[in-house]
Amino acid sequence: MSKRYSALSLLREGLHGHRGWAPAWRTPDPKPRYDVIVIGGGGHGLATAYYLAKNHGLKNVAVLEKGWLGGGNTGRNTTVIRSNYYYPASTDLYDLSVRLYETLSRQLNFNIMFSQRGMLVLAHSEPEMELAARQVNAMQLNGADAELLSADEVRKRAPLLNFAPDARYPIHGATWQGRAGTARHDAVAWGLARAADRLGVDIIQNCEVTDVITEAGRAVGVATTKGEIRADRIGAAVAGHSSVLANLAGYSLPIQSYALQAFVTEPLKPVIDTVAFSPACGTYFSQSDKGGLVIGGGLDRVPSYGQRGNMPMQEAVLGGLCEMAPMLAKVKLLRHWAGIVDVTPDSSPIIGPSGVDGLYVNCGWGTGGFKAIPAGGYLFAHLLATGQHHEISRLFDKGRFTTGHLIDEGAASGIAH
Amino acid sequence: MQLFPCPFCGARDEREFHFMGEAGKTRPDTQQPVSDADWAAYLYDQRNDKGRVREVWMHLPCREVFGMQRDSVTMQVLGTTAFRKAGA
Ligand SMILES: Cc1cc2nc3c(=O)[nH]c(=O)nc-3n(C[C@H](O)[C@H](O)[C@H](O)COP(=O)(O)OP(=O)(O)OC[C@H]3O[C@@H](n4cnc5c(N)ncnc54)[C@H](O)[C@@H]3O)c2cc1C
Ligand SMILES: [Zn+2]
Repeated sequence: MSKRYSALSLLREGLHGHRGWAPAWRTPDPKPRYDVIVIGGGGHGLATAYYLAKNHGLKNVAVLEKGWLGGGNTGRNTTVIRSNYYYPASTDLYDLSVRLYETLSRQLNFNIMFSQRGMLVLAHSEPEMELAARQVNAMQLNGADAELLSADEVRKRAPLLNFAPDARYPIHGATWQGRAGTARHDAVAWGLARAADRLGVDIIQNCEVTDVITEAGRAVGVATTKGEIRADRIGAAVAGHSSVLANLAGYSLPIQSYALQAFVTEPLKPVIDTVAFSPACGTYFSQSDKGGLVIGGGLDRVPSYGQRGNMPMQEAVLGGLCEMAPMLAKVKLLRHWAGIVDVTPDSSPIIGPSGVDGLYVNCGWGTGGFKAIPAGGYLFAHLLATGQHHEISRLFDKGRFTTGHLIDEGAASGIAH
Repeated sequence: MQLFPCPFCGARDEREFHFMGEAGKTRPDTQQPVSDADWAAYLYDQRNDKGRVREVWMHLPCREVFGMQRDSVTMQVLGTTAFRKAGA
């Protein structure tokens, strides 16, 4: 088993040629049965397993991942963490997540490099400033930190932005969330995996769920590429492939899968120390510790399971970047990729029973579920352990589409999805 | 840039097209009582298949609404079906 990490262990290993590090988690063969099976070894699946063991004492738990840990969207995202949503239900969910992130490195004994560098959401006209004020008021009322900044205050925080008087989208001000920031995505997956493993969870990679076994209408196990595995309860956290699993198991979901792209540039000297987002330009970016700009935008508009993006959105996002910060126009791209995200009609996630007894879903995070990994895992573990919703996840049940109580964050979260 | 075939205009830039939804859904008969669950399923649920899909698309410049068969992994267009009757 991997030992506790500390400055001392690093020093000791440094003096011994780093030959003493043990693998961070075991590679067990699956047991024939578990109390809980979690399908999907992304952040949400791993966090669910971690909290099942930590908060609920359930240690006979397996995470089944068809590829490698974090090989889905958790390892493909632009790592922005924030809770600048509009509705109280969303703040309860996403701010819980920011709070859990704030102590996660310590909890996991793994540095996830959560850097609370703050986030600007730019307003480009007087009407947008009024909406920004409304957003700031809503966030403050809901208990999240938020400030309305003037154009001068924005300039102080991010002087590279386009303050030209003839800018296509002149900057009038911004909303600011100081507790927002970025974290290292792989570290979130690896840290959760290591901590769950230390609590006894079996993490099984290269194990694809190919069918759900039901008896008398209840899900009792799964067929996998490593054989049949049974469990009392099954939780699915498979993001872009949620509908594929639903079609296998026989429940339905209000989800459409799309490609979402991201871009990283060559490393630069520090040019921005916060996250900047312009809804009008359709682009957001931050700078990684290595110096690369990490750039994202909206969804490709053609439903897709192909993990690569299309040209129109590349043009739109990169054109938006040049408008936001013209001095970046000549920076070269280093890499560019896409992930398949699970989009719901109201851009809010789904946590709850799937419709098949014994099988629960955590999905629909769409373009914004990295920030929600600790909370998604925390709430999903509660549901899987107790069979009951946590107060915070209740409103995110799939039933909201039947009752009409949608949590329509499409507009409030800014990017047009 | 991918080209999509409009049955009326021919091959055009993908940006001119709008995805309207999956093909093959049947609107519940609203002359009869419809349960909330059935109505919600009609409005929101999707098969969202990986692989071959049949979808309804609109070509925005000419407003033609038509069926398109695609592969949602390779993104290849496999065919289109005009909903408009010839000459109508
Ligand atoms: C380009 C891009 C940028 C993004 N930027 C941000 C951002 O800045 N901030 C933010 O908060 N969010 C962002 N997101 C969204 C975020 O990445 C996702 O919402 C989040 O990572 C979802 O986590 P997950 O654990 O649910 O899914 P994933 O990490 O995708 O994990 C699901 C796992 O399930 C596995 N799986 C699927 N089917 C099976 C099966 N049948 N059997 C076994 N395993 C299976 C997959 O291999 C995968 O590893 C972005 C996404 C993308 C693509
Ligand atoms: Zn046309």
